[in-house]
Amino acid sequence: MPELLNKRLVFVTGKGGVGKSTISIALGLRAAAKGKRTIVCEIAGQETASRVFRRAEVGFHEVEVSDNLWAISIDPDESLREYLLLQLKVRAMRDMLVRSKIFNYLAAATPGLKELVTIGKIWELAQHDRRVKKGREYDLVIVDAPATGHGVGFLQTPRTFAGIARVGPIHNQAQELDRYITDHATTGVAIVSIPEEMPVNESASLEGQLTNDVGISVDRVYMNALYPERFSNDDADELERALDAADGQALGAIRAALSEHRRCRSQRAQLQRLKRAVSTPVKTLPFVFKPQLDVASLERLAGAL
Amino acid sequence: MAAITDIVEGRGICICAGSGGVGKTTTSAAIAAGLAARGQKVAVLTIDPAKRLADSLGLKELDNEPRMVDAKLFEPSGVEMRGELWAMMLDAKATFDEVVRNHAPDAETRDRILENRIYRQLSNALAGSQEYMAMEKLFEIHQEGRYDFLVLDTPPSRNALDFLDAPKRLTNFIEGRGMQMFMKPTGFATKVVGRGSSMAMGVLKRVTGLDLLTDLSEFFQAFSGMVDGFRERAKRVSELLADPATTFVVVCGPQGEPIEEAVYFHRKLVEAKLPVGGVIVNKVHYETEADLESGEVQADLSDLFDDDLAERVANNFADYQALAQRDARNVDRLARELNQKRVIRIPYLDEDVHDLEALMKIDRYLFASEEQREALAASGAG
Repeated sequence: MPELLNKRLVFVTGKGGVGKSTISIALGLRAAAKGKRTIVCEIAGQETASRVFRRAEVGFHEVEVSDNLWAISIDPDESLREYLLLQLKVRAMRDMLVRSKIFNYLAAATPGLKELVTIGKIWELAQHDRRVKKGREYDLVIVDAPATGHGVGFLQTPRTFAGIARVGPIHNQAQELDRYITDHATTGVAIVSIPEEMPVNESASLEGQLTNDVGISVDRVYMNALYPERFSNDDADELERALDAADGQALGAIRAALSEHRRCRSQRAQLQRLKRAVSTPVKTLPFVFKPQLDVASLERLAGAL
Repeated sequence: MAAITDIVEGRGICICAGSGGVGKTTTSAAIAAGLAARGQKVAVLTIDPAKRLADSLGLKELDNEPRMVDAKLFEPSGVEMRGELWAMMLDAKATFDEVVRNHAPDAETRDRILENRIYRQLSNALAGSQEYMAMEKLFEIHQEGRYDFLVLDTPPSRNALDFLDAPKRLTNFIEGRGMQMFMKPTGFATKVVGRGSSMAMGVLKRVTGLDLLTDLSEFFQAFSGMVDGFRERAKRVSELLADPATTFVVVCGPQGEPIEEAVYFHRKLVEAKLPVGGVIVNKVHYETEADLESGEVQADLSDLFDDDLAERVANNFADYQALAQRDARNVDRLARELNQKRVIRIPYLDEDVHDLEALMKIDRYLFASEEQREALAASGAG
């Protein structure tokens, strides 16, 4: 099992469209198969887990989607409400606050508050002793984190917030969150990339920012969706030579093969670039030739992690 | 199905929208380059281009000023640049600062805002501020009237709709009713009207810590003099977006999820009464006529190669076909949803697009008719 899964909290991040959600769920399946009670957190509005496991009801509550595997979609407004509930024991006071215009206004206006309460909820899920009444204890929390750019800002929120609110309970809690996610024994990050120019560049700068600016430990870089090397250069030469002789249906097949060969070569070059650019070990994952990702293909992917 | 020319004909602005990782920047640059090559003076405003793409356009850094791309750079691609291509990388923070400078009633207010910690967080980090600034810059450049055509590449964001709400959100933020509370010079907590509010403020103090509120209060007070200017500006930006001379193009990928997002995004744009020109689907695996089931392909391949290579070629083809069928289904789904609007399919090229030459390849597809595109894709012009 990847060492990453021995941590308690794992953020999966990378550029948009590289397969973060898929890999988050695959990591969850892998950990769950090893007997770890695992929860995969999506940040509101993604709902990949609902789709994959055909569970319409994954929302702001913990839903068991498979053996030992739960999913939750974290909504910042709900997280804020829950936070207030835990913070203010008097229900009437909380209700008053939630209904209050100025409070809602401030909550919406304060930069980073949404991100902060989202990370707060993630932290809460990772606690042995859950703050939420009758909360289930998890061994591992996996977060399908926002894409690069937003991702660094997201993970930096606790620190930024601790800076904005110089004193008071929010300051203290933000500091505690920051300590938790920058504790290398507890929290880790997997960066997901694909073998293309821009994702590789972004993965490299993301690693630098997460390590240096956020201070979080980056444990693994996944190079996702790598084509198999089906054809050697000699094969390609032979295919090239056959182009003139071929016609009709075979011609299309040969073109597809040559195209695969070219793409494959460019992918290997990007893989080498990535390996040179990052200091974290890179693990490759195969491209899944499936029209739609189902649980079975995710389980196969999980085996490759 | 049609060419990009049908979408941009007679317009002055094209806004490329879509979720992250679908090739928005590349598409924006390709549209701009194509229009420029055909004789127009075009500026493309991009947010965060791939370094090599930026390099190939001669963009060295964020400088918030459009720069002309040297026409010579197009020569290796065999493209004759008949117009002018200008490109700019947006610096959101600098644009926000500019806006504050332009709207601040006096130097003291300007400095108070620029140095306020909440402002500094806001201008860097608040979701939507980058989106808003992209449109602010678009508006400004449009006002100057130096170009025939503008292409805006919207910022990558988790929610592709963020930028639509951005002007509204920002004005709401700075003019919001709650702000009145902070304007009372003698302190907000004691002067607010109504018992509920003052209790809320009390609870809030307990939960947040007072310093945060002091900063916010300071920020709002400083901003109060600029509310009218901001509101007016945001209104005009919104008008520009809805103008018939503007067209939105949704950019997406052919997989199920990006297609669903494009469908959703298209609906939202229509609901917001914004002019949608069409959708560009990138990285499509084009279908071929071949039918593997018949065994004909395998037989033909066996005539040309030894069994091992023939089998690998056939297997690869089967995988490719599966993806092509998926893409065709997804694009059909999208086309039904768009109801007569234009869908342009750009094939999955063999090489990553990050230089001008590859960009001009994309261009050939963008500016071709559907029939020409089919022919290009079938001939393996990648």
